[in-house]
Amino acid sequence: MALERALATGPSASRERAAFRLPRIGRSQFAAAGLLAPAVFATIVCLVIPLVMFLVRGVSNSEIVTALPTTIQSLQNWDGQNLPPDETFARLAEDLSVARTSGKLGELGRRMNIMVPGFRTLVMKTGTQMQTVPAEPRTALIEIDKRWGEPEVWQLLRQESGRWTDSYFLASIDLKRTPGGDIVQVSPDQKIFVGLFVRTFAISISVTVICLLIGYPAAYVLASASPKWVGLLLLLVLLPFWTSTLVRSTAWIVLLQNEGLINRTLRALGIIDGSLPLFANRFAVLVAMTHVLLPYMIMPIYAAMKAVPADQMRAAGSLGATPPRAFRRVYLPQTHAGVAAGSLLVFILALGYYVTPAIVGGPGDQMISYFIALFTNESLNWGLASALGTLLLLATTLFYVVFSRFGRSGAGAH
Amino acid sequence: MEDIVRYRIGGLLFRGFGLAVLLFLALPIVAIIPLSFTSGVELIYPVPSYSLRWYDDFFTRPEWLMSFRNSMIVGAAVTVLATIVGTLGALGLNRLSPAAQQVVSALIILPMAIPVVVAGVAFFYFYARLGLAGSFTGLILAHTTMAVPFVVISVRASLAGLNPDLARAAASLGAPPHRVFLRVVMPVILPGVLTGGLFAFAVSFDDVVIAMYLSGPEQITLPRQMFAGVRENISPTVLAASTMMVALSVVLMAATNILTKRARSLQAAAHRTD
Repeated sequence: MALERALATGPSASRERAAFRLPRIGRSQFAAAGLLAPAVFATIVCLVIPLVMFLVRGVSNSEIVTALPTTIQSLQNWDGQNLPPDETFARLAEDLSVARTSGKLGELGRRMNIMVPGFRTLVMKTGTQMQTVPAEPRTALIEIDKRWGEPEVWQLLRQESGRWTDSYFLASIDLKRTPGGDIVQVSPDQKIFVGLFVRTFAISISVTVICLLIGYPAAYVLASASPKWVGLLLLLVLLPFWTSTLVRSTAWIVLLQNEGLINRTLRALGIIDGSLPLFANRFAVLVAMTHVLLPYMIMPIYAAMKAVPADQMRAAGSLGATPPRAFRRVYLPQTHAGVAAGSLLVFILALGYYVTPAIVGGPGDQMISYFIALFTNESLNWGLASALGTLLLLATTLFYVVFSRFGRSGAGAH
Repeated sequence: MEDIVRYRIGGLLFRGFGLAVLLFLALPIVAIIPLSFTSGVELIYPVPSYSLRWYDDFFTRPEWLMSFRNSMIVGAAVTVLATIVGTLGALGLNRLSPAAQQVVSALIILPMAIPVVVAGVAFFYFYARLGLAGSFTGLILAHTTMAVPFVVISVRASLAGLNPDLARAAASLGAPPHRVFLRVVMPVILPGVLTGGLFAFAVSFDDVVIAMYLSGPEQITLPRQMFAGVRENISPTVLAASTMMVALSVVLMAATNILTKRARSLQAAAHRTD
């Protein structure tokens, strides 16, 4: 995608800027502010504010406070043992009745369902029967659903009665609070997210390593090609560079699927009988992501290699170094900046990948972004999506800071 | 002697491997193009016979046609908006002190550093409250926000080719600021501005994820339509759409190449006069 394109061209652009001192036209800071206003406005209003609002969603707990205000107040007086007093039951009946008429029941149900699966029906069932507040609220509520007779339900409700909650962030690392308030691991069959982070990092690291191992020789071919060929060879990198991720991932489906080009060709040649499992698995994700991200590895390494003077290798040779030794001791160290920049870039971009794994991967190959999309599109757990998004953003930012530091020091070295 | 042969072979293998990697980069894209011209329904080589059947299908099916039109509308609007906002931003940045430049440019570059799904969700979360989700306005605003940094980077690079003495000379000879800008500054930065515009168009035209969150049924873009089609089953029509997107990428690539060459010669010229 274009995003990656400019990130890849970023370091070289900054190098150019470092070479020519930027001219300053005019000195008026007012004019500068006026010129910058639209761009700064676009970033802050259109992105920073939405982003902060979405991230705050990960600790916000407004649904319960809004829907059950008097119940929560009344719960503060409860000692936490046995069941809360009749008063609290009456408040709940009243709050639910109000929530039903004001249409807040659905939101409350969704929020409670995130706490304990099945609580949506509890809320909806009870709420719709609260046309009038019953005379004997405790017996009436327990009669509607016997779960109201369990102290744990009330303990959970009291626990989540604050304006803010850490429950989404706990959930995003497979932890939860017991009704008693202790933080514990979720049961093994519900553990998803720690494994998801490990998988996301594992895929990103694998893709980075593969890109480096195959990208370095490719960059070397580009850097050492004769002027006649370099244009054509660069085209091989620039064509995928400019082609959208979606189109490139689509091409991999055509190649890898069971009835795809590779399987059919191998079958026609009589090499295999059935189909090789090339698609909807980790192999497909690694191949397609490597293909999509490889240009961002090759470009910075190529730029670094072009800066290595050709006669240095000759000098090393004439001083008695064997070609491998000259390569290792003279050439390789001078391309370190390009290698580091390319690796970090590929790694950062891979961390946030969504489209490629979604298209060519199986259910077990999806990364964090997929689950953020899932929780916002389908299961509507915005809090958890926000917590996962925050963690992803933190990881990306960390490496981005490293990247820009490195880019700067790399520029200084030239 | 034996060693020299071994090194030669090693070097050749290394280069041969590198060349194979370069071919691997282009091959999948090249492989799907002939398949889009098949007259059959199966995606297989050898292609039975060539026809424009699936292109015809693309241009007669309302959902494809609409998505293509939507992508063009959004892309054009984003290109214009992002180019203006980004060019002004780059000129503004240039007037700040180096320390201020670093802070402000970090803020402007921010959209590039955010994982696109996180940005998409954030856009949706905010725009839905303003009634902008499922509207062209929302989609164009979001794409513009993502595209502005590309224009800023591109224009700032071209500003390096500007000789400040020329601007000062023009001003001292009595040219009003707007004329200095149009006659002295603009010709130098124009390749950078246009390159930025092409980048902006590409940002908008390639986007799947933000469109997934912000486009309603009336604003489905081409990549969004393709993404839906790809996940169900891949038809030759999807490949026809892909081939047209590749063709467009080639046009954008060629255009930026020409512009970059122009900018380089302008920069070289500017610094000869120094």
